[in-house]
Amino acid sequence: MGARLVGAQVQRLEDPRLLTGKGQYVDDIVLPGMVQAAFVRSTHAHARIVSIDTTAARAMPGVRGVFTLNDLGPAVARDRMPQTAPSPAIRRSVTQYVLARDEVCYVGEAVVMVVADTRHQAEDAAARVLIDYDVLPAVVDCRAALTGQTAAHHGAADNLAARLSVGFGDIEAAFRTAPHRVTLTLDQHRGVAHSMEGRAVLAAQDAVSGKLTVWSATQSPYMVRRFLARVLGIDEQDLRVIAPDVGGGFGPKAVFYPEEAALAAAAVKLGRPVKWAEDRKEHFVSTTNQRDQHWQMDVAFDDTGKIHGIRGHVQHDNGAYLPYGLILAATSLAPFPGAYALPALQMTLDVIYTNTTPTSPVRGAGRPNAIFAIERAVDRVADHLGLDPAEVRRANFVRADQFPYVTGMKARDGSPVAYDSGDYAACLDRALDMADAAGFPARRDAARAQGRYLGIGVASFIEDTGLGPFEGATVRVTPKGRVTVLTGAASQGQGHATTLAQVVADGLGVALTDVTVISADTERFSYGAGTIASRIAVTAGSSAHLAAAKVRDKVLRYASDKLEVAIGDLELNGGFVHVAGVPEMRISLGDVALALAGTVGQRVPSGLEPGLEATAYFESTATPHSSGSTVAEVEVDIETGAVTLLNHVIVHDCGKVIHPGIVDGQITGGAVHGIGNALFEDMLYDAEGQPVSTNFGEYLLPTATEMPPIRIGHLETLSPLNPLGVKGAGESGTIPAIPAVVRAVENALAPFGVQINRYPLNPERVVNLIDASRGKT
Amino acid sequence: MDDIRHIALTVNGQPVECDTPVRLHLGDFLRGILGLTGTHLGCEHGACGACTVLVDGEAVRSCLMLAVQANGRQITTIEGLADPDGTLHPLQQAFAEKHGLQCGYCTPGMLTSLAAFLRDTPDPTETQVRDAISGNLCRCTGYQPIVEAALLAAARMRQTEGVR
Repeated sequence: MGARLVGAQVQRLEDPRLLTGKGQYVDDIVLPGMVQAAFVRSTHAHARIVSIDTTAARAMPGVRGVFTLNDLGPAVARDRMPQTAPSPAIRRSVTQYVLARDEVCYVGEAVVMVVADTRHQAEDAAARVLIDYDVLPAVVDCRAALTGQTAAHHGAADNLAARLSVGFGDIEAAFRTAPHRVTLTLDQHRGVAHSMEGRAVLAAQDAVSGKLTVWSATQSPYMVRRFLARVLGIDEQDLRVIAPDVGGGFGPKAVFYPEEAALAAAAVKLGRPVKWAEDRKEHFVSTTNQRDQHWQMDVAFDDTGKIHGIRGHVQHDNGAYLPYGLILAATSLAPFPGAYALPALQMTLDVIYTNTTPTSPVRGAGRPNAIFAIERAVDRVADHLGLDPAEVRRANFVRADQFPYVTGMKARDGSPVAYDSGDYAACLDRALDMADAAGFPARRDAARAQGRYLGIGVASFIEDTGLGPFEGATVRVTPKGRVTVLTGAASQGQGHATTLAQVVADGLGVALTDVTVISADTERFSYGAGTIASRIAVTAGSSAHLAAAKVRDKVLRYASDKLEVAIGDLELNGGFVHVAGVPEMRISLGDVALALAGTVGQRVPSGLEPGLEATAYFESTATPHSSGSTVAEVEVDIETGAVTLLNHVIVHDCGKVIHPGIVDGQITGGAVHGIGNALFEDMLYDAEGQPVSTNFGEYLLPTATEMPPIRIGHLETLSPLNPLGVKGAGESGTIPAIPAVVRAVENALAPFGVQINRYPLNPERVVNLIDASRGKT
Repeated sequence: MDDIRHIALTVNGQPVECDTPVRLHLGDFLRGILGLTGTHLGCEHGACGACTVLVDGEAVRSCLMLAVQANGRQITTIEGLADPDGTLHPLQQAFAEKHGLQCGYCTPGMLTSLAAFLRDTPDPTETQVRDAISGNLCRCTGYQPIVEAALLAAARMRQTEGVR
C-alpha cells in the first residue's frame, strides 16, 4: 500500500480545539485550593545580598508563604542547580541557586518567592519584601570580560566558562599557498525568543500518595523530571511532569528553570497547588535568550573564489550562568564548513560570563551565527574578486555526487560529521530562478533612476537536524478500532499530533481522524529527551513509523491465521485487514485488538503476544542535514535608513515532506524570526548591566506589515539515515535569513561602498553606515 | 486595593452578573472569574494583541480595560465566535485550511481582531489585512498564512452575503 497521508496537506488535528478557545495551556488549569506565586527579582546586575526582610510581606492579605532559598528546604537549598548538559569541555560550570543565596549576578535573578491566594496579592506582598544589596561591579561587555579586573561571580579568578576549538586540514598550508585573503570582523546579536505564551508552572502534590505533579510550559518534560527530582531529592517515580498545550517554545523553554523547582517545593511545603505564569517583563529578563557574539575571521582563497581555509576566533556572551552547558556555544561552530567543501578550518570560541540574563539556544541556536559568518565570508570573497556571489557559492559547494560528504568536523559524540544527501547547487539555482535574480539588475536600475536603492542577497546553508539519541512512540489499537499514539515528544505548535498521526495512519491503513496522539506526559510514556534541534520528525516520526509497522505485522499474522491466507495476500485499508481483491474477507482492526486483549481461560490466539500495541525507539545515530538557499530583495531608504523587504525566497531540502503546510509554516515563521534578528530585535543593556529594552515598545518584534511575500520551494532528496527519509525543518527558515537580508541591504548600498559587519540593521545604523561612507569620500 | 464592585454584562450572548475587584482587568476577569480561558494574555501592556476581545463589536485589548468598565457592555470572546450550533466562523474555518495557526496562543486575538475588521471592511486588500493585524504579534506563522486565511474568509463571507 502506498502512502496516502504522508505528503498530503491534511487539516491539523490540533486546530478544532485551538480555534475555539478550548486549548489548555498551563495558566488555564485551575485546581481546588490553588494559590499563586510571584517572584522578587534582582534589580542589580551584580550585588551581594546583605539581608532580606520578609516581615511586612508576610503580613499582607492573602499571603500563604514567603520563601527565601533556605525556606525551600535543605534539599533545595543545599547546592546550586544541576548542570543539565554536562561536558568535559566546560572549564567552570556556574549555575544559579533556585533562589539567590548571597549574591545576584543579573537583573531578573529570582531572590524571593511570594505565594498568596491571588496573583494580585502575591505581587502586592512581593513589593513589600525588603532586600538590602551591596552593589558590586558588573561586567557587561564580554569583550572586556576576559581582560578586565571585574568578575561576573564574586571571587572568581576570571570569566571564562569554556574555550571551544574545531578544525581540520592543514590551515597553515592553506594560508601559505592561497593567493588571496580577507579579514572579517563581525558583531552579531540575537535576541529574546518571545514565545507568545511565557513560561508557566503549576505544581501540586497528591495528599494521599505524596506524588508530585508539575505542569510546565516546557519543551523538555523528561529533562525537567530528571533534574527536578534531583533538586528535590526525590525519586523520579514520585514526580510526574506534563507539558500541556504550550504556546510556542523556540528554544528557551527547553531549559530547566529555578521557578519549576521553587514552585514544586512550595506546593509540598504549603500542601496546596501553586501556580505561576511569567509576565512579559519577566520573560525579557529571566528567560534565557541569545545575545552578542564577536567574530574575527581570516579567509584564504584563490582566483576562482575557491576557499582554501578559514580561521578565526569568537567571543560569546554567555550571560551570568551556564544552565544548559555549551549547547548554544557548540552550535555556533558546529555548522562549519556550511554548504561548502572546505580543505582547512581552525576556529576557537570563548564562552564568557557576563552579568546579564543567561543564554541558551533560540530558534537556530548558534547556527544562524555560524552561517552568517560563513556567508559573509563568501560574499567578501566575491567582492574581493569582483565575482557574482552565487558563482562563488557554486565554486565551493559540496557537489551532489559527493554524498555522503565527510566534512572533517566532529559530531558531539566525536564521530566524523557527514552530510547525508542533498543538491545544494540545485537549491540555489531554483531560489535564484524563483526570485527572478536574472531580472534584478533591470529592477535595480529602474529604481535607481527614480532615486531608490534596491539590493539583493543570497545565502546558502546546511542545518544539522534530528539530534539523538531518541524520541520513542507507542502505537496501540483499541477494540473500537481507534489508534492511540503515545510519545514523549512535547509540542509547542509544530503540529506533531498531526504529523505522527499521518505516519501511523498510513502504516495501519486507518483514517487520520481515527488516530489520537498523546504526548509530553511522563506518566503516559516512559522516556523522552526534548523538542529541540529540529529533531522530532526524525526521531519520534521514525519511531511512530516503526511502531506502526510492528502493529501492522501483528495484524497480518493474526489475519493470516484466521483467514487462512498468506500474509502477502493481505492488505490493511479503511480500518480493516482484508484479502487482496476480496474486500468482504476482512477483519476489523478493532476485532484484532479485542482478540489480542485476551479472554479469561483462553490462549492468546495465533501464537501472538498479548495486546495490539508496539513501542519503538528509533535512535538517531547520524545526522540528517537539511539544506537550502535563500534570496532576499530589499529597498533601502537612504534618508531614513528604513529597509523595506520586497521579496524573500527559500528553496529548502528537508527530505521527505510529511505535511507541506506544516513544513512551510515552520520555514515561513522561522524566516520571519531571522528577519527580526537581521533588522529589528535588540536586547540592550546599559554599562551597569541594566536591561533597557524590556517591553514591546522598546524591543521590536516583526509584525505583519513589514513582512515581505515569502515563497518556498522544496527539493526532496531523501535522507538515507531514517526510515521516513526526513530531515528536520524547524530552524531552516531562520538560519539563512540574516546573511541574505544583510547582504541585500549591503548590495542596495553598494553605490556608497558600505560594508556591513553588524546586525540588527536598525534605521539608525543604516543611516550611520551611509554617513560614514559619505564622510570618507 | 481590593475594592469590589458589582457588574452586569453580556458575555457571548449570556447575561452575567457578578462581583469583581475594581483593579481586575477585563482579561483577568474573563479568565479568572468567568473561566473563559480562551482569551490569552501575552504581554499585559497592550502590545501583543493576544487578549483581544470584542466589546460592543469593537476589537479591544482586554488587558487595557478594567472589568468594571465592561459594565453594561456586550462582550464576545473566542468561545463565542462560532455559531451556537458549533458551526465555525468563516475565519476559524479558513485558519484551519490555510494553516493560520501553530501554537494557538495568539490565535484568539487574531480571530477577534479580524472578525471586527472584516465586518467593517468586507473586501480588503492584502495590505489592509496586514494593517488590521499589525497590532497582533505572532511568533510562529510569519503572518503570511494568517493573511491568506483572512482573505479567504472575506471572500467566502462576501459570497454568503450575496446569497442572502
